[in-house]
This record gives sequence, C-alpha cells and structure tokens, in this order.
Amino acid sequence: MRVALFIPCFIDQLFPNVGIAMVTVLRRLQVEVDYPPDQTCCGQPAFNTGYWDEARALAKRYCEIFADADAIVSPSGSCTAMVRNFYPELLGKATKTTAHTYEFAEFLVKKLGVTDVGAKFPGRVTYHDSCHALRELRLKDEPRQLLRRVQGLELVEMDQAETCCGFGGTFSVKFPMISYAMDEVKVTSIQKTGAEYVVSTDSSCLMQIDGYLRRQNLPIKTISLAEVLAAT
Amino acid sequence: MTTAARLQFEHDATVKTGDLRHRAVIQKNIGTYEIAVAKGKTRFADWENARSHAAAIKWETINHLDRYLEQFERNVLANGGHVFWAETAEDARGHVLELAHRHGVQKVVKSKSMTTEEIHLNAALEAAGIRSIETDLGEYICQIRGEHPYHIVTPVMHLTKADIAQTFQEKLGTPLTESAEELTMIARAKLRREFMTADMGITGGNFAIADTGMIALTENEGNARLSFSLPRVHVAIVGIEKLIPCLEDLALLWPLLAASATGQAITAYSSLIGGPRGEREADGPQEFHVILLDNGRTRLLADVEQRDALHCIRCGACLNACPVYKNIGGHAYGTTYQGPIGSVITPHLRDAQEWSHLPYASSLCGACTDVCPVRIDLHHHLLHNRRNAVRSGFDSLVQRFGFRVWLWAMQSPGRYAIAAKLGNFALRRGMAGRLLKPWTARRDFPVPTKQSFKEYWRQHGRRA
Repeated sequence: MRVALFIPCFIDQLFPNVGIAMVTVLRRLQVEVDYPPDQTCCGQPAFNTGYWDEARALAKRYCEIFADADAIVSPSGSCTAMVRNFYPELLGKATKTTAHTYEFAEFLVKKLGVTDVGAKFPGRVTYHDSCHALRELRLKDEPRQLLRRVQGLELVEMDQAETCCGFGGTFSVKFPMISYAMDEVKVTSIQKTGAEYVVSTDSSCLMQIDGYLRRQNLPIKTISLAEVLAAT
Repeated sequence: MTTAARLQFEHDATVKTGDLRHRAVIQKNIGTYEIAVAKGKTRFADWENARSHAAAIKWETINHLDRYLEQFERNVLANGGHVFWAETAEDARGHVLELAHRHGVQKVVKSKSMTTEEIHLNAALEAAGIRSIETDLGEYICQIRGEHPYHIVTPVMHLTKADIAQTFQEKLGTPLTESAEELTMIARAKLRREFMTADMGITGGNFAIADTGMIALTENEGNARLSFSLPRVHVAIVGIEKLIPCLEDLALLWPLLAASATGQAITAYSSLIGGPRGEREADGPQEFHVILLDNGRTRLLADVEQRDALHCIRCGACLNACPVYKNIGGHAYGTTYQGPIGSVITPHLRDAQEWSHLPYASSLCGACTDVCPVRIDLHHHLLHNRRNAVRSGFDSLVQRFGFRVWLWAMQSPGRYAIAAKLGNFALRRGMAGRLLKPWTARRDFPVPTKQSFKEYWRQHGRRA
C-alpha cells in the first residue's frame, strides 16, 4: 500500500512536530510513507469563506498531486473532512483520491486495525472532540481507543467534550468576542477535569485552546494525538 | 460588506458575550432543556429512523407543495372556512385588519405564533386602534416588557423567575414572588378576563393538514385553545411550509416536535381545528379564516439546494444546540428566527445582502444539523449562503483580493515557500499584527517554528 502524507499548511508551518510524530508512529507500525513535496493547502479557508472557485482550483491540484496514492493520511480531521466531504461537492464527484483520504486516528483504527501503537505517556489527559472529526468524519471512539491503550495515560472525559472550541477559521477573526466566549466555555470544562493535558486530533482547535490557556497562565498543556502516540 | 444589520449584530453579540450573568442564565436554562430532551428521545424506539421518516414526509410535502396547498384550500372551504393567500407580510396584515374592520373587532387575543412576529402583526393592530393581547405566558411577559421573543419556542428563556417577578411588579403592580405558580396565577387572572371579552382570536399553526383541511396546534397552557374557541372570529396565520399531507402524519410529527422542543411525550394541549362552529355544536368561532403566508418562502422553494430548510417544524432544537446561540442569546441576531435555522433562512426571506453576515457568524461545528428532527442540512446551508454572498458580490474587495493573492501563492510550491518565509518572519518580529489582532488580543499565538515540516522532510524524511 502506497501511503502518502498530507500535511496541512498550518501544521507544516506552525506545528511541524505533529507531522513528524505521525511519521514516527506510522514507521513504528512498518508503514512505508511518502510525502509529495508539491502539496500546499487544501483550500478550506477559501471554501469556508465562500470563495468556492478559489477552493476548487486547490481541490483539483490536491487530486493531481495525490493521484498515485492508495491512501492519504493527514493529522487533521478538519482538512480530511474538507477533502473527503466537501471536494465531491466542489468537483461534482467523489474520486479515488477524495475517498481514500483519512484522518490519522481513523487510519490507524479503521484501516490498519491497530489501537495499541506502543506508546507511553504518563499523565492525566482529557480529549477534545474536534467538530470536523466528530460530526463530518464521525470519529468519536477511535481517538479514545488509541488513548486508552497508551501506557501510563489516564483518560478523563470533560462534560463539554463535543462542544466547539470556537475557532472556526476566519470565524475567530470575524467575530472575535463570540469565538472568545466559546473558548472560555471550553477551557472551563477542561479545567473541571483536573487534567494536565488536553488532546485532540486537530491542532487548529488546540491552537485556539492553547492561546487562551497561555494568556491566562493556566498550567494545562495542549498536545496533539499524534504526539501522544509518538511518545515512548 | 458592512451593513446596518451587521454592525448592530456585532455590537449586540459583543455586549451579550461580555455579559456573564446573561450567559449563565441562558446556559442554565438550556441545560435544563438538554436533560429533558435527552430523556424525551428515549421514548422513541429508533430516534434516527424517526428523523428520517419525518424528513421524508416533509420532503414529499415541500417538493409537491403546489398540490398539497390546493388540496388544503379545497378542504378548508369544504369545512366552511375561508382561505386567503398572502404573498407578503403586508398582504397578511392587510387581510387581518380588513377582517377586524368587517367584524367590528376591538380586542384580539393571540396565542404564540412566530409567523405573526414575522409580519409584525401586533404593531399593525395597535396602529389601527385594536388591542392585541399575547396569551402565551412567555409571550405575555415579552409583550409587557416590550421585547421580542428571545427564542422561537421559549420566548423568555433569558429571564429568571426573579426577573419575571420584577417585571410583573413594575408593569402590573403585583407583589414580588419567586413562586412559578403564583406568577402564573397573576398572568392567568389578567388573561382570563381578556379571553372572555375578545372579538377575534389569532393563532399560528404547527401543521396544516392537506387531506382534512385542519390546522394542528400544540401548546402547554390551554391559551391557544381559548384563543380560537371563545372569540367570534378565528384567524390562523400559517407559513406555506407548514403543510403536511395527511392526518396520520401527526402520529409521528406531534411527538417528534414535542420531544425536540421540550422533551415532552406530547404537549399538554394538542388541538385540531377543522372549521367554524357547526350547526349542532355548542362552541367554537362563527368564522374560521386561514391565511397562507409566502413572504419569501417561495424564493427558498425555488432554491433546490436549500429547499429542505422549509422542512423546519420550529422546534428550536438547533438554537439550543448552537454554541453561538448559547453565548450571544436570541436577541442579538436581530431576526424573527434566531440561531442556525434563522441564519439559513433569513437571507432568503429578507434582504440577502443586509443579512449576509449571519451565515458567517458560525464556527460551522454542525451541532445543529445533528439535532434537527427533520434532517435539515443546516451547517452546510450556512456554507451555501456564504458562497451565494460571494457570488452576489456582497464580500469586501479587500477580502476578495486577499483570497486571489492567497490562491496564487498556494498554487506553486515555490510561492508557498516564499509566503511561508515571509509569514514566519513577520510572526517572529511581531509584525503579523493587524490581520491576527482580533484573535491575539486575548490569546497567545503559537511560537513560530525554526523548521517547517517540508524542510524536515527534505533533510530527514527519506532516511528511515
């Protein structure tokens, strides 16, 4: 199986360790991976803002770049949803490429059938459901299955696990006060668990949460699911 | 593009999110609702199947609306009622005033109806010198406070019992009490007298049943039943999307609406209105009128992509599920229909440009779509509305130009690399200010990295 990595633009630039962690885990599982170097952005910022022509140009580009891959894996539920759920609407049809793009946790559990990746991460952790992973890709249990098999990790659920963190891309800049209030609700729920770490499939959510935590000098850390799974 | 409605929304939403007491009240009240609804859904053997079936009923109706509307009209006429087709809000108001004039109406009692809110009926009646009294407790409180409903199902969701007691003391001169029973009795004592002396009763309609020509009404206070049965004339104002094909459909839709709206098995009072008082009947109105309201709905009907927004049975579940609604509340929207459904339909029903900001006021989390009992694709329609806004040129030139440049950069790995370098440099020097300011004003931005994933892969990627 030819597995290609799709590293979304903001992960490439702001959170490269998330991509590196994903490579580490896949290689530990003997999966051969390739990274098509011409990839840039999936087009979601344009799509969500209403610029579908611009997004379509990037959708076509993505399908060309990843045409040869049997599976495409990405450490982002959001960008995966863009490709798998929204490209068909933009392009007028689903293709092999759009259908075989997977979020990382989804790929591990559903495609490889693996839940124990041999990770060790001592700490009290709560999991934040990213909206796109949860409601576009229907990933609820998969990330939790992976976390439960991590040595030393204690998983505690927060009461608002499924509530949006308030990021929403340009939404957080267009309506900053609403976005901030949502962030506040999320962080309050995280705090109540007494967790040391908040984990998610999506680094964009974690950026939103982390930005709040750091400004408020709160001791909770954010970490991506890929990085937890890469830890030994 | 900046419109008056947008500026007002931004202002009100900002004020409301900063009002922690308001947020605490609404979150507590929605929390109570969530527990009731979760329990209500367990009464269904298969909730998901019930949703699909309800969606199918509404799909059939909306896609053959012409046929069902005419069938409904024929049956209302056969039952001895009257039907008026109102293309606009003005037409509907005009017809109500004409009926009122014809029957010498001085006082109207109203049961809860968002359609009458939509057409601003109370203001029109008052302007014509006719007293109009809201008889639903929540609506009554709204009316004496001079407010619009905060929520399509629970109009005073933003108030506590203490707030209501204070309102009653100020407006009605009654003693302060925090007993829900006592507050209800105060309103009841006032309202009973109004029912007895009203000349006309105005209601909405939860469903309009094509095969029987009946209006189905759901309520919990008995006030709707008094509103349509005591006065001489009953006028039901119903949006054309409220049609359903047959009486049997209520077996599903009534409990589905109750479960989604309040978590009840069925509302306390469920009425079917099949015409005016018959010859051998002891009560009921002498005349029964139905006003079928379009007011922009056929524009939505013509939009194949978003036609399913007309499935809406106004249960309010999407409002309660929405994290934006939970933080800004109902009044900030400035629309008759708040929350996700309001942001989907308002640009169609009203001025598309004026209300083009509402579909953007969402993180697209999709919680609304998951709870909709008739499976309206709500959050995807917000995306469709955004695309429509851009196509119609309602976007700002700066934003449009920005995305062109961005696309140009993203279409080539070389240009992407340069753009990334520039961005990284700007971040390190703290120069990305203006663009990110709304976000960074209250949060810390990630520390820029020294090496991108691309660079990492070039150096180390193929090694393993």
